[in-house]
Amino acid sequence: SVNPDIASERQTPSFSVEKLTARLDGGVEQTRMRRAVVEAIESDPEFSRESQYFQSQNERYEAAVRKAVHLQKKMHEMGWTENGPEYKYIYRALSGDVAFLLHRIFVRSISMLGSDEQIAKWIPLASQYQLIGSYAQTELGHGTYLQGLETTAVFDSSTQEFILNTPKISAMKWWPGDMGRSATHTVAFAQLYIHGKCYGIHPFIVQIRSLQDHSLCPGITAGDIGPKMNFEHADNGYLMLQNVRIPRENMLSKFCEVQPDGTYVRRGSQKINYFTMTTVRISLLSDEVLAPLMKACTIAIRYSVVRRQSKLKPGEQEAKILDYQTQQEKLLPQLAAAYAFHFINDYLQELFNRAYREIQRKNFDTLPELHAFSSGFKALVTQHCTSGVEICLRACGGHGYSLLSGLPSLYTKILASCIYEGENTILLLQTARFLIKCFMAASAGQPVPPSVTYLAAVKPSKCPAKNKLDFLSPDIYTEAYQHSAVRLISSTAAKLQDLVQSGVKKYDAWNRCTVQLVQAAKAHCHYITVKNFAETVERLETKAGIQKIMKHLCDLFALHGIFSNAGVFLHDGYISGAQMDMVTASYLDLLAVIRKDAVPLVDAFDFTDKSLNSALGSYDGQVYQRLYEWAQKSPTNTQMNPAYERYLKPLLHNTLSKL
Amino acid sequence: MMNADLRRERAAATFQPELLTHILDGGAERTRRRKEIEALVINDPDFQHEDLNFLSRSQRYEQAIRKSALMVMKLREYGIADPEEIYWFKRTCLGNFPEPFGLHFSMFQKTLETQTTDTQKKKWLPLVRGVKIIGTYAQTEMGHGTHLRGLETTATYDPATQEFILNSPTVTSIKWWPGGLGKTSNHAIVLAQLYTQGQCKGLHAFIVPIRQLGTHEPLPGITVGDIGPKFGYDEMDNGYLKMDNFRIPRENMLMKYAQVEPDGTYVKPLSDKLTYGTMVFIRSLIVGDSAQSLSRACTIAIRYSAVRHQSELKPGEPEPQILDYQTQQYKLFPLLATAYAFHFVGAYIKDTYRRISGDINEGDLSELPELHALTAGLKAFASWTANAGIEECRMACGGHGYSRCSGIPDIYVTFTPSCTYEGENTVMMLQTARFLVKSYNQVSSGQRVTGMVSYLNDLSRQRIQPQHVAARPVTVRINDPLSLVEAYKARAARLVEAAAENLQAELNHRKSKEDAWNRTSVDLVRASEAHCHYVVVKLFAAKLPEVSNAAVRAVLTELCLLYALYGISKNTGDFLQAGILSDAQVTQVNQRVKELLAIIRPNAVALVDSFDFHDVHLGSVLGRYDGNVYENMFEWAKKSPLNKTQVHESFHKHLKPMQAKL
Repeated sequence: SVNPDIASERQTPSFSVEKLTARLDGGVEQTRMRRAVVEAIESDPEFSRESQYFQSQNERYEAAVRKAVHLQKKMHEMGWTENGPEYKYIYRALSGDVAFLLHRIFVRSISMLGSDEQIAKWIPLASQYQLIGSYAQTELGHGTYLQGLETTAVFDSSTQEFILNTPKISAMKWWPGDMGRSATHTVAFAQLYIHGKCYGIHPFIVQIRSLQDHSLCPGITAGDIGPKMNFEHADNGYLMLQNVRIPRENMLSKFCEVQPDGTYVRRGSQKINYFTMTTVRISLLSDEVLAPLMKACTIAIRYSVVRRQSKLKPGEQEAKILDYQTQQEKLLPQLAAAYAFHFINDYLQELFNRAYREIQRKNFDTLPELHAFSSGFKALVTQHCTSGVEICLRACGGHGYSLLSGLPSLYTKILASCIYEGENTILLLQTARFLIKCFMAASAGQPVPPSVTYLAAVKPSKCPAKNKLDFLSPDIYTEAYQHSAVRLISSTAAKLQDLVQSGVKKYDAWNRCTVQLVQAAKAHCHYITVKNFAETVERLETKAGIQKIMKHLCDLFALHGIFSNAGVFLHDGYISGAQMDMVTASYLDLLAVIRKDAVPLVDAFDFTDKSLNSALGSYDGQVYQRLYEWAQKSPTNTQMNPAYERYLKPLLHNTLSKL
Repeated sequence: MMNADLRRERAAATFQPELLTHILDGGAERTRRRKEIEALVINDPDFQHEDLNFLSRSQRYEQAIRKSALMVMKLREYGIADPEEIYWFKRTCLGNFPEPFGLHFSMFQKTLETQTTDTQKKKWLPLVRGVKIIGTYAQTEMGHGTHLRGLETTATYDPATQEFILNSPTVTSIKWWPGGLGKTSNHAIVLAQLYTQGQCKGLHAFIVPIRQLGTHEPLPGITVGDIGPKFGYDEMDNGYLKMDNFRIPRENMLMKYAQVEPDGTYVKPLSDKLTYGTMVFIRSLIVGDSAQSLSRACTIAIRYSAVRHQSELKPGEPEPQILDYQTQQYKLFPLLATAYAFHFVGAYIKDTYRRISGDINEGDLSELPELHALTAGLKAFASWTANAGIEECRMACGGHGYSRCSGIPDIYVTFTPSCTYEGENTVMMLQTARFLVKSYNQVSSGQRVTGMVSYLNDLSRQRIQPQHVAARPVTVRINDPLSLVEAYKARAARLVEAAAENLQAELNHRKSKEDAWNRTSVDLVRASEAHCHYVVVKLFAAKLPEVSNAAVRAVLTELCLLYALYGISKNTGDFLQAGILSDAQVTQVNQRVKELLAIIRPNAVALVDSFDFHDVHLGSVLGRYDGNVYENMFEWAKKSPLNKTQVHESFHKHLKPMQAKL
């Protein structure tokens, strides 16, 4: 039965939940297909995540491998293929709790960086799982800064081989997924040396384990890097190479090749090596970043209408905690952000699909802009979503701290996204570099890419809002965001210039401005997100109440940003103190409006109970009963308590000293 | 051998870290004694154990019990009885982890000491102090937390047998979360609604035996167990407790204040303010704990940032230490300054509590409301800030921060519940706000207020003028800590006033007081935060003149300035909107923050060394004193359970069959 406290929340939604779900999926047909895939996966007990919270790292790893293997069978059974339309829903249905994810990156990097012959040789082996791949880039002492990697690949023309080495401990490959226990092969990145000359970082296919008995190949030291905050199911590994020889053909050579005599040939831009990472940054947003925030919102908001605490009015029942303004102020901006980022993700996907076609045609013109986009948005979205999940966790009070709430696992998983595929601060600085360059170009009257043309239109002005309702106009707040982005970028550019003119070295000037540069890059991405949300709302269908509720969320997202960064908007008087009070008033009014639709808005994300795997967030709202039942299953309750006989009893009986 | 980078860092410091350590400890003699006690643990082979991160939850619990039992015996053996010395001893044993007996000594024993009659003391205290029984404190229920009046557990007095009958009438009333309740304790102090002579008399505390002495089996009528896995606290058997018509003798009610006579007559307590005392005490501990946890995280992140090299600053030069990047300094140094600030605030509250509790014993309760209001807000302010700060430190360590070997995940998961327990933070902030609004109203009606809120008195004088209090320009000198205290004071005054006025406006529009309060609560929380922020800046600045050594005073002054200016730069909206600072001054503040980062940079490692954590306190490969990070990460990883065998059994079970089939 459904808890009446949650049932009442669903009685009068202002919009059609089903229609919104379809909009999020991209169409009714997609929703149907997604549900069919989820149903097929969840009804299969092999994929159950029921005992996940009670398992050790070893058990989690084994289960993930088992599931990955079973998935092959399942896909065959269902007629799903890796290139089919169902594929993207599988991962969502499994909540990522499956092994061989890096195997996919292995395949993707060969497809992108390999020559036709290499693709013909390796891809069939990989898709048949005759080998299991990994992707080894990061080293113990080196992360985001690729040029700093220390692994070496020296070409030996006499044997037509590369000799791979880990020259010191900080050069050991560290972190790659699937590498600790599973992988037989990996794409390893190393500094290429030919005849004593270094040619920089290149990718090489290296076999690390025997295909017969899985033992390590000669010259290879590999293992698991030990427990982490999450990803217990993944065997993130280390890899040390000692004079490991691989044939010349194992260097991925779509863009660069070493010929038998050692001649180094480059085709096209070296930048393409980074394109794999650029696309990965964007492709991870949907499943790794947005889904966790949406799930966290679902759990926290449903729980907040079931949980009652203190009284709002004397004599009445204790109030639902979602009726407290402070609770709304924690959760509803996160909900709005989930929608905002869903739409920016749609926008980015489209942008990249278009660009990918260009790059296939070897047109690299859009690369700098794409790179700036992928870096900046990866950083902005992961950071916002991570802190959003953490806010949801803490908004659930004590019960949020229980693993059974599902929230700690969502949090520990999503927070890794702030670091992998490029550490966020470094990424933002890359975006900033692009912005400064464009700003300089724009100021000099040169053409700039479409996403930054707004930088050319610098005009000092004041926000025209007269009352708090004016701040519900997308033009008003989008302008404000644009203004602050331009101000931050232009003032940082001016500061950089001043420093350089005063004789400070360029690199030093850059380092002295990095705090501001990061802020400027964030402001740019924030602006684009608001603008895109507002434009998306414009295009939404007006019927079924969808546009109206999305408009409210867009307003909330925008005003929350101004409210929480008030200083940025007040700084040059673009928004006055009196206007800031209007922003606050409008913002707080919106909380009460969206509160009414909060549960339907998370229902629209359409996560099943199994995928939430949360005692607090289930659809029926039977929180306490479920929490109690799940706790009974804990091994600490089902197994003996040896600590009593061994330690407590002797202590209580004062015989411990005899131990 | 010490890592060369760290050796250079230490050699370049402009002050002697030991002198600063003495200030933190409260004197050279106390530092000496602390180290002596820590050495007892560090050099004791009995306390050696495998890294807990490699163990299952049940194994970790068992290890923790072993250690807890051992600590009881060793403390007895060494004759260590002073609470602070016990604390030093224990934190060295425990590292970043909790103790399953923790509530026995803190809440169970403490409550029995303060809330029992002499007769009860005679009966229970020897059992508790001798650990003949192990107890915990069962307050929170599955459906009820901070709002105590909502608890549902009942204790109904039966005059016929002179017993209380305890019941958990609903699922939501099951006691849930108490530490040590699941598996360890055989007694609990249970908070329940007292019913006698057909009337509910509100919450009272009862001593309830839950497990059979000797067999440790749950008693009939008691359902008890572990609540399952959590974010952290693997060592702790947080438990549930359900009672069905469970009877305890009348004498098991804690009767120092309220009493139930044999015939069921209820005798009211003199004052309910008295129960504030324990809460104030525990919350003041959380402020100190915030400082401790944040200091540990800073120590790890700053040492690691001095060892880690990445990218290039100058073309052609070797990769620089990441601590040389402005963005990295901007992440870490304000937190370092915060850790110091919270140390001093924690010490202040502890001293104040000690002083006031003397007054309380003599019946003077006049200072309690303010201290209660202040500690509620500071508990929330400090724990929120530290919570976010620990995560910042972890993030600043990049990928390796995410590994359990960094130690920061353990610090975080152990610390983060303090945002919830002993009073959920938002609720705490609103309690402080209630006091602030009350003080504001007193001032408005012509009374004067004292203590930390005395700045509100200035409001009455300015009221003659039509403008807001803070609209009067404050001349802020950004290199003068005392001037910055004034700026924070003005901000707090402005936000308290704004919240109080908004509250009044809501009251003018609506009927219900609660509704108006709820509609103003976001403003109220902001006001409380500003008040607490002011208190922290004030206490930090007040500490500086007490420091006699010039070099130490200089670095502490830099940290104090950084703390205050960084806080302004993060909240420029408040200062601009209130007209406390101009645009140009804000730009200066932002600039000064960055200058201070560069000034503090050479002393960063020495400043974390001054916290004087031993490696066993940190439990971190990244934060090792000797800085030999990478070698030891490799050594650590080799011990991972997944590495126990060269070929994992999954290969034979799943991988090989799959490859054979495909």
